[in-house]
Amino acid sequence: MDIAKLHSIDPWTWTVPRTPGDTRHEARLYGSRELLAAMDDKVLEQITNVARLPGLVGAALAMPDAHWGYGFPIGGVAAFDPEHGGIISAGGVGFDISCGIRCLRTNLTADDIAHKAAALADSLLDQIPAGVGVEGSLRLDANELDTLMAGGARWAVEHGYGSADDLPYIEEHGCVDGAVPAHVSALAKKRQRGEMGTLGSGNHYLEVQRVAKIYNTRAAEAFGLAEGQVVVSIHCGSRGLGHQIGTEYLVSLAKAASRLGITLPDRELACAPIQSPEGQQYLGAMNAAINCALANRQILTHLARRVFTHHFRQSQLDTLFDVSHNTCKAERHKVDGRERLLYVHRKGATRAFGPDHPSLPARYRQVGQPVIIGGSMGTGSYILAGTAESENRAWSSASHGAGRAMSRNQALRRWRGRAVVDDLDAQGILIRSHSMRGVAEEAPGAYKDIEEVAAATEHAGLARRVAELRPLVCVKG
Amino acid sequence: MPPGLPRYDYFDHDADTGVIGRGVTLQDAFVHAAEATFALMCDPITVAQDERIDVEFEEPDPELALVTWLNLLLAHANERGLALGCFELARDGHRWRGSAWGEPWRADMERGTQVKGATLTALHVTPQGDGWEARCVVDL
Repeated sequence: MDIAKLHSIDPWTWTVPRTPGDTRHEARLYGSRELLAAMDDKVLEQITNVARLPGLVGAALAMPDAHWGYGFPIGGVAAFDPEHGGIISAGGVGFDISCGIRCLRTNLTADDIAHKAAALADSLLDQIPAGVGVEGSLRLDANELDTLMAGGARWAVEHGYGSADDLPYIEEHGCVDGAVPAHVSALAKKRQRGEMGTLGSGNHYLEVQRVAKIYNTRAAEAFGLAEGQVVVSIHCGSRGLGHQIGTEYLVSLAKAASRLGITLPDRELACAPIQSPEGQQYLGAMNAAINCALANRQILTHLARRVFTHHFRQSQLDTLFDVSHNTCKAERHKVDGRERLLYVHRKGATRAFGPDHPSLPARYRQVGQPVIIGGSMGTGSYILAGTAESENRAWSSASHGAGRAMSRNQALRRWRGRAVVDDLDAQGILIRSHSMRGVAEEAPGAYKDIEEVAAATEHAGLARRVAELRPLVCVKG
Repeated sequence: MPPGLPRYDYFDHDADTGVIGRGVTLQDAFVHAAEATFALMCDPITVAQDERIDVEFEEPDPELALVTWLNLLLAHANERGLALGCFELARDGHRWRGSAWGEPWRADMERGTQVKGATLTALHVTPQGDGWEARCVVDL
């Protein structure tokens, strides 16, 4: 991206100047000069397009890990007011609705698992259904899926997957209101029949990690983290059901926008007013998919616990937190001193509530919500905590991942999967995958520097670093 | 179709991948775009043509027709647990009828990356030389 096209508010906050007469809202980007310079020009184009959507409140925002998406940039955040013609956009949520990360803290240290790491990795690959074309052992008919979509992770707990103790540590306590399974097509439900409890492929993973560094002792204590401790992160989403909802509503909302006279700068921004019948239908279906994703990560948590118990009889894996990345959520935020109900789109961005937010479990109330920034399988991830400042800067939002530095095609030209696995093995990181092509596409070098993303997220006031995690075992989809 | 260009190809996108299908007719270009899409998941040469999927839809806009065609194939392949390797498409005005052949995923198949859906990003269906080119970004 040509930095000369931006105006710097401070070293971590940038805005796209408006030409005289342009009535769009502000388009704001967070990040270091280096991160922004490395972004594709399409990010600028896309976030500026978002700033033209009806009913937008405040600025259209790009997080420090932003990259070229479809419609919205990935790392895009935007809030809309339903009382002022605000819209809901399928392109602002994405295909993998509520894709997110469940982080589990264990009572094990890296030393505890070192002698069994290879066996643990093999068992995880064997027991966690992963990769394209792989189904889970759970098969649900349409009626059972309707119940699941209404209940989210609570449904999973009620059916023996995990414990009720997990629920306070999941966004919306494991179940978002407003799910309307009737707005989910029969085809979407058919696609999901064998997909519950599956990881998927691409950038999805289950990773066993070591806490390598603590940045903030008070927050780390609240999160139950200490150096050397083993944690497990599960990155996946709503699988075929979410993909199908995204697919169907992308086209139907594009047609609705045209019919309702909404001028779209990019057809991928397919949207409808939140209060319109089309907007309400998408909202009901999207919420159903969010609950599907929450249930999916709950089931995978159960499977991971079973594997750990097999190898480490006394192991305990408690849910640290579960964050979703691709959502549009109804939230109350203060605008010019007045509380308003806004629909906040986070496309490849994490909700990051600061201290004292009423939705946080008591354990985290004083330090803020855990925010998990997932990195590549070679470089590590970060746990951060939401800040009070983020409310004003980004509707309490933060980065979600390292962000790709190069395309999948470029990665395939540069790396071979087997060589990536061998190279990481030499560094003490065990990779297990059914797809060597997938491993090459996800090579650590294909991603941006996550340290820089995490630091920029902190410097921009979006969340503050608590702990750095380094990978030990990674099961790739 | 311009001579020397492959019938299917890819273009770069930050997080996902762009697929390109080229053909003498619009339908050919769409068939080759489907080959490009499903080749991301597994090598089409290794896929037996044991099972068939039929799709049918009405769409006057050729660009939305490309996205609809790819997304219907992805949905039905996912629903039935099939890898697909061979495609056919016919058009009668705004009415499109297509078929695809494949087999259930085998444990010994080399797997690529799942395609979640075809998007409207970089979506273009355009005449190229004596033929057509169809392209869009697919979400992985």
